[in-house]
Amino acid sequence: MSAFAVIVLTGVLLSASCALIGCFLVLRRMAMMADAISHAILPGLVAGYFLAQGPSALAGFAGAALAAVVTVTLVEALRNSGQVGDQSAIGIVFPAMFALGVFITSRYYEDVHLDTDAVLYGNIEFAPFDMLIVNGINLGPQSLWMLGALTLLNLGFVTLFYKELKLATFDPELAAVMGFSPALIHYALMLMLSVTTVGAFTAVGAILVVAFLIVPAATAYLLTDDLKRMIGLAVLAGVLSVVIGFLFALALDASVAGAMATAAGVLFTLAVLLSPSKGLLSRRRQLQQQRQQVILENLVVHLLNHEHIAAESHEAEVTHLRSELRWSPALAQRTIRQAERAGLVEQHGDRLTLTEAGRALARQAQTRAER
Amino acid sequence: MNALDIHDLTVSYRDKVALQDVDLAIPAGKLAAIIGPNGAGKSTLLKAALGLVPTVAGSVLIYGQPYAKQRHLVGYVPQRSSVDWDFPTTVLDVVLMGTYGRLGWIRRPGRAERDRALACLDQVGMADYADRQIGQLSGGQQQRVFLARALAQDASVYFLDEPMAGVDAVTEQTILSVLQDLARQGRTIICVHHDLDSAPQYFDWVVLLNVRVIASGPLATTFTADNLRKTYGGSMRAAIAHFQHFEEELEQAKR
Repeated sequence: MSAFAVIVLTGVLLSASCALIGCFLVLRRMAMMADAISHAILPGLVAGYFLAQGPSALAGFAGAALAAVVTVTLVEALRNSGQVGDQSAIGIVFPAMFALGVFITSRYYEDVHLDTDAVLYGNIEFAPFDMLIVNGINLGPQSLWMLGALTLLNLGFVTLFYKELKLATFDPELAAVMGFSPALIHYALMLMLSVTTVGAFTAVGAILVVAFLIVPAATAYLLTDDLKRMIGLAVLAGVLSVVIGFLFALALDASVAGAMATAAGVLFTLAVLLSPSKGLLSRRRQLQQQRQQVILENLVVHLLNHEHIAAESHEAEVTHLRSELRWSPALAQRTIRQAERAGLVEQHGDRLTLTEAGRALARQAQTRAER
Repeated sequence: MNALDIHDLTVSYRDKVALQDVDLAIPAGKLAAIIGPNGAGKSTLLKAALGLVPTVAGSVLIYGQPYAKQRHLVGYVPQRSSVDWDFPTTVLDVVLMGTYGRLGWIRRPGRAERDRALACLDQVGMADYADRQIGQLSGGQQQRVFLARALAQDASVYFLDEPMAGVDAVTEQTILSVLQDLARQGRTIICVHHDLDSAPQYFDWVVLLNVRVIASGPLATTFTADNLRKTYGGSMRAAIAHFQHFEEELEQAKR
């Protein structure tokens, strides 16, 4: 396998494993928890190395996973104590854990090579050269094994407990009443999050893994109203970010993980702006349409109210309407043209008369206003 | 047989006592309302009965057994505002959740559950909305979806938290007729209710609650001006005058 293919495939597996868990984090409004865990694993990693007396992948993994579980438990305990707010509990625990990690590293590992950059930002660039070697047999890149296993694990978890995750996320009280302990489901999800973060940070680092957990899932949330589709779209958004990011990094000779995470952010921004149902642009268009509708209704209602008045009345004259309804000349012109096109009014010289359709709309608007 | 037996139940939130020494028995087959002022602990009573909030003391029995053994007999309709209606899911999916309890862990809803969910939606007049995203519903429609989900639970005793709060007249009537049907089938309905006006027309059993149980029993003997005054204190004079009037009517009807 070519080096590029290994990097891209690592990224694809990373986004798949992260998106599966990330969708539930986004729906449970727990994005900050991913951030907390990603930072808090540092002391666990260091402790693992310390116990193994050297950088050992397995000890590091175990220590980091343990630190993640400790973080979740501490956050939950602090939150349940009711002494601090929801987000504050996270904000208090994770800097403390991270600081502990920094402290231990600086005190005991001055001489040991523990590359902080690699921990924080990862080095997906080296994925093709870090081989899994068992009994002297080269089994291929380690990152593919690790992230492949994670993807399968998370896929299994989400598939097997899809119903329970959905129920406990949407309505935890009903879940509890039915005997699906929301606390158990919460901790299971946090455990999966911890394992995913620990497994993935070797590829993209502890900070950027958050981008893959949260951003593609948040993007997908904006694009669909269906949970299964949301999970699928989140994986897709992650994979797209990986491919786009990789190409940019290659072209600009920049950090691959950084470019991938940036691409994820760009995709999210596009979704915020352009999502057909929840996007800012479609909301604005909707608002504009509603405004126009109100203006049109004002026009036909005004005309209807003065219909019975004698023909010489100037109520229906465009110039009078403009001052009566406080329209600028441009708005008046636009509105009248629109009303004509919609078949609501007919213009004869300077006078407007209602059509049947216009009268119907006016009555509709009036009854609605009366309610 | 009592559907619900509560004995000496006390619940507190930190330093505030939400429920004190609550003793309560609601016979099976009743349409019961839990009535009381804001902060009386009405929702807390439901949640404590269902094991959703920790209790300081006391016991709760559902059909004579502790809740954990009787889960399958219980249906629950939480307050509408307790869930996120922007959650990416459809009306039918939400109703299907009612069948999850019987399915247990891991097993997925299949054809039978889908049919059942659709039938329940039909019962509340929402069959045409099965594929709608839940965020598109009005408040009344959301409440009917919740009721359909409870029907899908096929329970013997239903706990409902203010099902008629802030809904339109059509929804209120639909909910009432569904609840009355359930009671006719011998199921028990226990309902937190906010509206003193409609309570005597809708329910045949009332629990007047203000941290303690003020009175509990059949409508005619329990829903009295005196008891209401004790429940609401002096703040409800107008309402109580109204109920004196209602009592007189009741007396006249008896004669």
